[in-house]
Amino acid sequence: MPVRARDSDWEGVRLHVVTGKGGTGKTTVAGALALALASEGGRVLLMEVEGRQGIAQLFDCPPLPYGERKVAVAPGTPTAPGGDVYALAADPESALVEYLETFYNLWHAGRTLTRLGIVDFATTIAPGLRDVLLTGKAAEATRRRKSGRHIYDAVVMDAPPTGRIGRFLNVASEVSGLAKMGPIRGHADTVQSVIRSPETAVHFVTVLEEMPVQETLDGIAELRGLAQGGLQLGGVMINMVRPTGLTDDQLAAAARGDPDRHELAVGLKSAGIENGTGAEGADVVDALADELCEHATQVLGQREHRRMLTSAGQPCYDLPLITDRMDLAGLYRLAAALRDQGAA
Amino acid sequence: MKAPPRLDADRLLDDPRTRIIVCCGSGGVGKTTAAAALGLRAAERGRHVVVLTVDPARRLAQSMGLSSLDNTPRPVPLPEGGTAAGGTLHAMMLDMKRTFDEIVETHAEPGRSEQILANPFYQSLSSSFAGTQEYMAMEKLGQLRRSEQWDLIVVDTPPSRSALDFLDAPQRLSRFLDGRLLKLLTAPTRTGGRAYLKVVNAGFGVITGIVAKVLGAQVLRDVQTFVAALDTMFGGFRERAEDTYRLLQTPGTAFLVVATPEPDALREASYFVERLSEDRMPLAGLILNRVHRSPATRLSAARSLAAAEALVPAGAAAQTAYSAGGNGGAGALADVTRYPLAVAALRLHAERMQLIASERRLAQGFTAAHPGVPVARVIAQPEDVHDLAGLRVIGESLTAD
Repeated sequence: MPVRARDSDWEGVRLHVVTGKGGTGKTTVAGALALALASEGGRVLLMEVEGRQGIAQLFDCPPLPYGERKVAVAPGTPTAPGGDVYALAADPESALVEYLETFYNLWHAGRTLTRLGIVDFATTIAPGLRDVLLTGKAAEATRRRKSGRHIYDAVVMDAPPTGRIGRFLNVASEVSGLAKMGPIRGHADTVQSVIRSPETAVHFVTVLEEMPVQETLDGIAELRGLAQGGLQLGGVMINMVRPTGLTDDQLAAAARGDPDRHELAVGLKSAGIENGTGAEGADVVDALADELCEHATQVLGQREHRRMLTSAGQPCYDLPLITDRMDLAGLYRLAAALRDQGAA
Repeated sequence: MKAPPRLDADRLLDDPRTRIIVCCGSGGVGKTTAAAALGLRAAERGRHVVVLTVDPARRLAQSMGLSSLDNTPRPVPLPEGGTAAGGTLHAMMLDMKRTFDEIVETHAEPGRSEQILANPFYQSLSSSFAGTQEYMAMEKLGQLRRSEQWDLIVVDTPPSRSALDFLDAPQRLSRFLDGRLLKLLTAPTRTGGRAYLKVVNAGFGVITGIVAKVLGAQVLRDVQTFVAALDTMFGGFRERAEDTYRLLQTPGTAFLVVATPEPDALREASYFVERLSEDRMPLAGLILNRVHRSPATRLSAARSLAAAEALVPAGAAAQTAYSAGGNGGAGALADVTRYPLAVAALRLHAERMQLIASERRLAQGFTAAHPGVPVARVIAQPEDVHDLAGLRVIGESLTAD
């Protein structure tokens, strides 16, 4: 691994599990984190597990097969060229076939089972099986070595949403409910030892709205319950943050419905915008004042949500709202924000 | 650009022939809030309404008096200031495991239900099979409808990645339970213990062999016991799912697709609209939720930005343009302009006008693809809704257009 210019908050973590409520930009943030981790060189694997082809959409490439493909080069720093980001779209079917192949030499049987729909069946009668196969794949990639060196310097997993993350990561006990012994149980125990090691951290992606924040807090509490078993909580990535142009006093006044209308009117007038004179309408000043009030209410609500997140005690990182269509340039910006704040 | 027909929600709510309203759409678009707001509005207009919700935000649930997941409709007192039209409102939160248990208790052979409920395979199936929640939501909907206690049922669909899951998942569960695969796998117990002595065919042997190998023989035994106990119910699951599916196709049902004016949500809404028409499900329209408006639409984004720039001396603008994170912009603005409040207001307004334009483009794209689908808009609220007064505002916005 290349020598780092400085430490990040997650030194020693090699498997980054990224969860978050749907709609918060979980996949985007996972992608940005992978780029950030690769920005001083090395090789990072970005892995998705829900069969959504979200990574392909994010990096604007054709749908990914069940195989590791290079999808991007990280931006790099003045002292080091950027590393490579590889991507893998994992699904339980392929993971099961691979598992049977690796552990039982059952390559042919695996294909037959897939054709019969029995993989769906098997993962259905034991929901934990699906999870253990996917976390197993991440654990395998994290530990994989060639000539004594890790193939990947880090693995970033775009994991299931917050509502399911506890169950997803608690594989060994989920599986043990069904399979008290047997080979899958042994496999689950191995996976668990990777998930519950200092090598792994679970990050939460959220936006400053009620439900995502509540789910994040619930998720943190749930994982804390599992933390006794060694599960490490990571950072809270606050996505789509927009700075306000108002000072605290201005915000407070506007949230009360009482922004300084005089100051606003004078300012607007000096920019050539006045009530009733131009094309803008008779009461443009009041209209803009109303918009300020709504904005202030929103900002104060967001601050309250931020306070709740901060009080959960995990480090928080801000990611700016990218208003344009998300492309590689936008991802680079998010990656830079993560690095600047020490998340990677 | 041709405007879409307007969705007249009040007419839909007031029509006594409307017996079921299904709010569907992808996750995070405000389905639950829309369902609750429609339910409240219908009740305030005189109907006897029950809102069946699957996964409400905590404060919204509390506002309706749903503090626990108890699978029973609870009366919701209508707030002050409404019309005295004599309607009532009930609300319930779905408990999928409880609903599944009740089906087993009602339909299993006497004496068998306890055995089924205690089976580890049943427990896993009833609490975590993908599709169980959707199936049980449909089942509950059917039960509420058959009870004839309410003249309008408003249901919001389970949170899922895809809006289509709601239509597909129940059949998936019933196919699974009634399916050949399950019977094949469990054939020995179903033909009696002697089957173990028979020479089973090779395909069957491979399948059970591998399931036993991967999951352990005990899981297989659990499944076999479960299937044996549930034997008399086979066929019933598919029938029940099909019954509810047909109920949804009747004219008394109205589907409302909920979406926010965002690319992903509208794409899902499009899929759903197409699917509803394929399946001959009665689509009432699209609720476009969280649409932004401005009280100053005649001040364009471009003019607003130009005015903001005019107040900030050249060269200083770049420093105060939004930087990532924090709210460092505020202090900086005061340093470079005599009119920080006006600059902030103008920039905010420009952003909002750009947002409105982009939302409008997206909505027009939807209407171009589905010109016949009526649309109602709900204006974005600056704060989350967490009481009945807030729900009433949503209901008013929905019908104000």
